[in-house]
Amino acid sequence: MAIVELKHVVKNYSGKASDATANAVDDFNLTTKDGEFIVLVGPSGCGKTTTMRMIAGLESISGGSIAIGGRDVSHVAPKDRDIAMVFQSYALYPHMSVFENMAFALRLKKMPDAEIRTRVEDAAKVLDIAHLLERKPRALSGGQRQRVALGRAIVRQPQVFLMDEPLSNLDAKLRVDTRAEIVKLHRKLGVTTFYVTHDQVEAMTMGQRIVVMLNGKVQQIDTPQRLYEWPANMFVAGFIGTPSMNFLRGQIGTDKRTVADAHFSLDLRGPRGDVLAAHGAAEAVVGIRPEHLSYLAPEDAYNDNVLNGTVEVVEPLGSVTMIQVLVGPHRVTAQIDSHVSVAMGDPIRLRCQTEKLHVFDASSERSLLQPPAA
Amino acid sequence: MTSPTVALPPRVERAKPKARLSSAPVRRLLAPAVIFLFVWMIVPLVMTLYYAFRNYNLMMPDIRGFAGIMNFKLLFTDPTFWDALLNTLILVGASLLITVSLGLALALLFNRTFIGRGVARTLAIAPFFVMPVVTGLIWKNMLFHPVYGLLSWVFRHFGLNPIDWLAHYPMLSIIIMVSWEWIPFALLILLTGLQSLPEDQIEAVRLDGANKWQEFRHIVVPHLGQVLYVVVMLESIFFLTSFAEIYTTTSGGPGTATTNLPYYIYQAAFFQYDIGVSSAAAIGAVILANLFSIFLIRFVAGNLNAGSAR
Amino acid sequence: MNHRRYVDFLLTALAYLVALVMFFPILWMLLTAFKTEQNAFTMTPHFLFVPTLESFKVAFEQGSGYMHYALNSAISAVVSTLVGLLLAIPAAYAMAFYPTKRTDFTLVWMVSTKFIPAVGVLIPIYLVYKNLGLLDNIWGLTALFTTMNLPLLVWMVYSYFKDIPKDIVEAADIDGANTLQTMLRVILPLALPGLASSGLLALILAWNESFWSLTMTDHSAATLAVYIASFKSAEGLFWAKMSAASVLTVAPIIVLGWFAQRQMVRGLTFGAVK
Repeated sequence: MAIVELKHVVKNYSGKASDATANAVDDFNLTTKDGEFIVLVGPSGCGKTTTMRMIAGLESISGGSIAIGGRDVSHVAPKDRDIAMVFQSYALYPHMSVFENMAFALRLKKMPDAEIRTRVEDAAKVLDIAHLLERKPRALSGGQRQRVALGRAIVRQPQVFLMDEPLSNLDAKLRVDTRAEIVKLHRKLGVTTFYVTHDQVEAMTMGQRIVVMLNGKVQQIDTPQRLYEWPANMFVAGFIGTPSMNFLRGQIGTDKRTVADAHFSLDLRGPRGDVLAAHGAAEAVVGIRPEHLSYLAPEDAYNDNVLNGTVEVVEPLGSVTMIQVLVGPHRVTAQIDSHVSVAMGDPIRLRCQTEKLHVFDASSERSLLQPPAA
Repeated sequence: MTSPTVALPPRVERAKPKARLSSAPVRRLLAPAVIFLFVWMIVPLVMTLYYAFRNYNLMMPDIRGFAGIMNFKLLFTDPTFWDALLNTLILVGASLLITVSLGLALALLFNRTFIGRGVARTLAIAPFFVMPVVTGLIWKNMLFHPVYGLLSWVFRHFGLNPIDWLAHYPMLSIIIMVSWEWIPFALLILLTGLQSLPEDQIEAVRLDGANKWQEFRHIVVPHLGQVLYVVVMLESIFFLTSFAEIYTTTSGGPGTATTNLPYYIYQAAFFQYDIGVSSAAAIGAVILANLFSIFLIRFVAGNLNAGSAR
Repeated sequence: MNHRRYVDFLLTALAYLVALVMFFPILWMLLTAFKTEQNAFTMTPHFLFVPTLESFKVAFEQGSGYMHYALNSAISAVVSTLVGLLLAIPAAYAMAFYPTKRTDFTLVWMVSTKFIPAVGVLIPIYLVYKNLGLLDNIWGLTALFTTMNLPLLVWMVYSYFKDIPKDIVEAADIDGANTLQTMLRVILPLALPGLASSGLLALILAWNESFWSLTMTDHSAATLAVYIASFKSAEGLFWAKMSAASVLTVAPIIVLGWFAQRQMVRGLTFGAVK
């Protein structure tokens, strides 16, 4: 249980730290709360795993500093950092029994046998693997191995847990169950945890705070809800939420309140219109989530911020239906009620919830909206 | 909390070199093996090079000092050296031809499934594990002997005149012995190569309507190409250094008929006591081996990178 | 269909015939070993005879006897293999789990020393050994065998270590194991089968080695290669004894070799063929 501080952490494999574009991780800053559950998320190669490995000490840092519980561990060996890690592959020792796998770290610490036994058995009980203690890893199912890997981490009672995509080798159903269990375990143990995943659903459901990364750079650090409501840029906006947010690029009208091209015209009112007016550029990108678009019947006279298009693909999911609509050259995904019947090729009108629109700078791709203070 | 992000650069998948925190102390683990090889291989190699340019004959202790290229001049004017070089190349070339072609034929023969295949293959591979000294003596005495050898009995049996193999066909005899030892090696490796041929490739080509010959030509041969390459390179290096088979049978004779480079060097050093000239010849042997091993090492190195990319 | 089966039968028969022809010299040696000297040295070969162990007895009892040479062979082969493993394991461990930019170069360099022909280093080693009194010395010979097998061992052990996921070493790191603990308690138990087969291959190659034995030893450190080579001028007088000694020399290796076939391919081709 500790606060972890990362200050200006840089990882560079070429050895030339001055070249920021070559940095695998660039200027990473984060201070956790005690016992916080932090998720690092991003597409593969974004630096999230490298960041975690630097916290573990498995990778050296090229710049900046890392402190755990107030102690600078930037150049401390992994074994002296008081951390435990759950690997993506689980990395169980194949030649040791489940018990010995969990006891290994404690044995190395020369802990008395009786205490080792108590600790391992307690952890096994929590994880519901007490009946597997004598087995070898190869005799276990994927889910059981995953629990052993968790067990190996928790018997250590470390200051920090590091989990590197621990669920990616499980099937979909088990993944959802285990997700909830890890969250419960965390609430129970209250150990500061870093969790790496490429799955934004996992990130949203588990993290107290989420670090979204891309190409070695932190894009945004925030709570799940605020990431969803106030994405800092188009990447975060598109990465968080399924299906992805729709983006429509257009000219800013003379009234400084409208974004439009030949095929659509969206009127941004209120505070959104104000930031657009203050922005002063010629172009902007409007973002709208599929769930904030709704179907308008042909006879409906409503005509405020409506997109006119043609249905291209219909994907009924049961509870809702996803449709892809071509609005001129723009492909827009919308989530509509499942009882509305639409077919490929139909003309369609979609209503945009004006108060849910996002607006981004067309060149920097950063959001123009000011989030309320947290 | 927003971050100072600007335009999004294109996504780049970065290879992750596995740089580690504590790689420096680990280097000490490497040192003993490196030092050992350095002391026992590289230092002597450099000394050989040094001797090659020195006057150094154990029979003439008064003449010492820098010899320039004298030793090489002596070497190149010694007809025995050229015989030895030619013999070496003949031995390597002929043995390669025999072992690779027969090895491939046997590999194809043993790649079929039949009852007792394991036993037959095991028997066929056995000669590779026979100590070369034993090979030399068994063949020389019990098979090649002009009167009491088994082959002479077979020849007489068919009404032919027995051959004095080692006297009349000395090089051929050596080639036969070397090939007997190394056909199993080619067989073993080519067979492993054949068996590692992916089943789905064969199935795909059959579905495409290829006949047996097309299957062999377009799937098996390209797949075996690499394996053949390795067999040829490795065998070349071993054949270049053949020694025990010659030592125990012909002692390089009759005349210089079976004196190869290693045997020439051995004689120059141990019977003529000329360290300078034999070192010069040794340098020649190293260069000759390098011609082959450079290609092989490059291949292994290439394999290494392919392996680490897995 | 009938034609096809006919061809199949012929090919199978051919395979058996080939196997028999290849094995025949070994079989003939084996038969001769159980003959009397008179029976062994005849113009018309005896295929049926009353077997005798006489030649084996002679091989053991005459002169220094088989055991003297066998002991030298065993000591040099076993010790060189063990020392080779002792040197190769840490080196391979460092290269497999803590690679640096120079690792590939180091590994290829080590492998390449295997291809320096022995004659290339024979003369200086002979002269240095002579000065140090290491000629005809079992430890001098053992060191040469170690040199000969070290590149192969490093490479093989390296390739077996490479098969172990790096995660496991890192897990041990995080669990608090130091390098020695990781090696002894995690890596070695996992790589044991690979280490055993690497050792087996080195053992076979050292036992069969003849170039260094013939040039560097005379009697007190002489191995079986030297013992067998001493029959080279026997000219028919001791064929049965020679065969008996050869059988005793070759048989254990053929048996070990049959077990080591797969590893042999992997080791001798430096992983190009697995």
